[in-house]
Amino acid sequence: MKVTIKVNGVERTGDVEPRVLLVDFLRSNLRLTGTHNGCDTSSCGVCTVLVDGEPVKSCTALAVQLEGRSITTVEGLAQGATLSAVQAGFHEEHGLQCGFCTPGMMLTGTALLERNPNPTEDEIRWAISGNICRCTGYMNIVKAIQHAAKVRAEAAAAKPGVPATVGAGGGE
Amino acid sequence: MLPAAFDYRAPASLNEALAILKQHGDEAKVMAGGQSLIPLLKLRFSRPELVVDIARIPDLNTIKREDADGHFAIGALARHVDIENSKELATAAPMLAEAAHWIADPLVRNRGTLVGSICHADPAGDWGSVVLAFGADIVATSQSGQRVIHAQEFFQGPFTTALNPDEIVTEVRIPVAKGHSGGAYLKLERRVGDFATVAVAVQVELDGGKIAKAGIGLTAVGDRNIKAADAERHLHGKEPTDAVIAEAARLAAETAEPKDDARGSAAYKKDVVRVFVQRGLKTAVGRAREAR
Repeated sequence: MKVTIKVNGVERTGDVEPRVLLVDFLRSNLRLTGTHNGCDTSSCGVCTVLVDGEPVKSCTALAVQLEGRSITTVEGLAQGATLSAVQAGFHEEHGLQCGFCTPGMMLTGTALLERNPNPTEDEIRWAISGNICRCTGYMNIVKAIQHAAKVRAEAAAAKPGVPATVGAGGGE
Repeated sequence: MLPAAFDYRAPASLNEALAILKQHGDEAKVMAGGQSLIPLLKLRFSRPELVVDIARIPDLNTIKREDADGHFAIGALARHVDIENSKELATAAPMLAEAAHWIADPLVRNRGTLVGSICHADPAGDWGSVVLAFGADIVATSQSGQRVIHAQEFFQGPFTTALNPDEIVTEVRIPVAKGHSGGAYLKLERRVGDFATVAVAVQVELDGGKIAKAGIGLTAVGDRNIKAADAERHLHGKEPTDAVIAEAARLAAETAEPKDDARGSAAYKKDVVRVFVQRGLKTAVGRAREAR
């Protein structure tokens, strides 16, 4: 069955059986192996991708369900050699140890900051509650997302012409 | 894990979907967000010949209040996250948003639906207890027309509902009294995303300080979501005093039929039902008094 999905801004077409999971389509057909396959039971969140900006578990979606939708994987976060704010946050705050959960954590963090640019620590912890870190490195993951929120707020404040996506208090 | 092979159709209209179901009967399985069905397909507990993806049918994702009798109509494609974030529901029926917040995890809530969850009819599912507590009506549509199934007749056993193979649940109607009503959803889980050890849905309506209507649904303590009818009857027409609430909680615990498992012993779960019904009723009554 033919399926066309916009992946990281580029339309990608594949010929898949209906039973092929989105995570397998991304990893095997498109060779985008940044999306990991972990528990395979929608528990752990290492397979997280953004569908039209919302984080979902790609082990619990069929590729054919996503026909015509727009997907962001971890490969789509950086602009060329420039890391996104969330990626930079994980780098600065040492938000990873083994790295297995990192793509999912960064995508969930990215979606959170788009929706809520100035989250509290509690809001960050709830947002990532469907993503499990097997190294239990949550402290630094939270710090990494907080760092990214700060960097985004500063960038928005420095560019007054750009519509601010920063919430109350972020531009002070 | 690859599911066993199946054919896939994604009809663009409800009529087309109903025609496909009429043709294929129980060899077909309806999918909305897939958060219950896909795990079953992967484990091969379910091996349909055809999956009918209804996600592209327009106008099924609505949450709207009907003026006629004030009920909320939750469409077949309204996701858990839509219910969790609905400002209108947060004011009129806070129990719905409260229950949504406890379902699975935020990522699963971005795809799963209320209607899909009740059609899956997992005895540990949260929405089953919620629709029982509200006394909701479930609207099943087929080529022959629509029929309304009351929540308590809908759940017939583990993963078994009153739906016919050619029917799609197009909407759930949640009655919300315009006066003093309130509810609460309490859930005990080992960690985010786990199934409930025990959960309880409570909804009450007050009239002149007395309980005009009470609904109590129990999660994960039987072969289906259980309506605690004895406790509801005990509350009816009474002032919600501590003693009345304690007795209702005791009756609800008696109605529960939990089993020993890794999440806890049957006796422990029964006691959690008692404590949660007691707490839930107190919260629900407090909210009902404040509601306008």
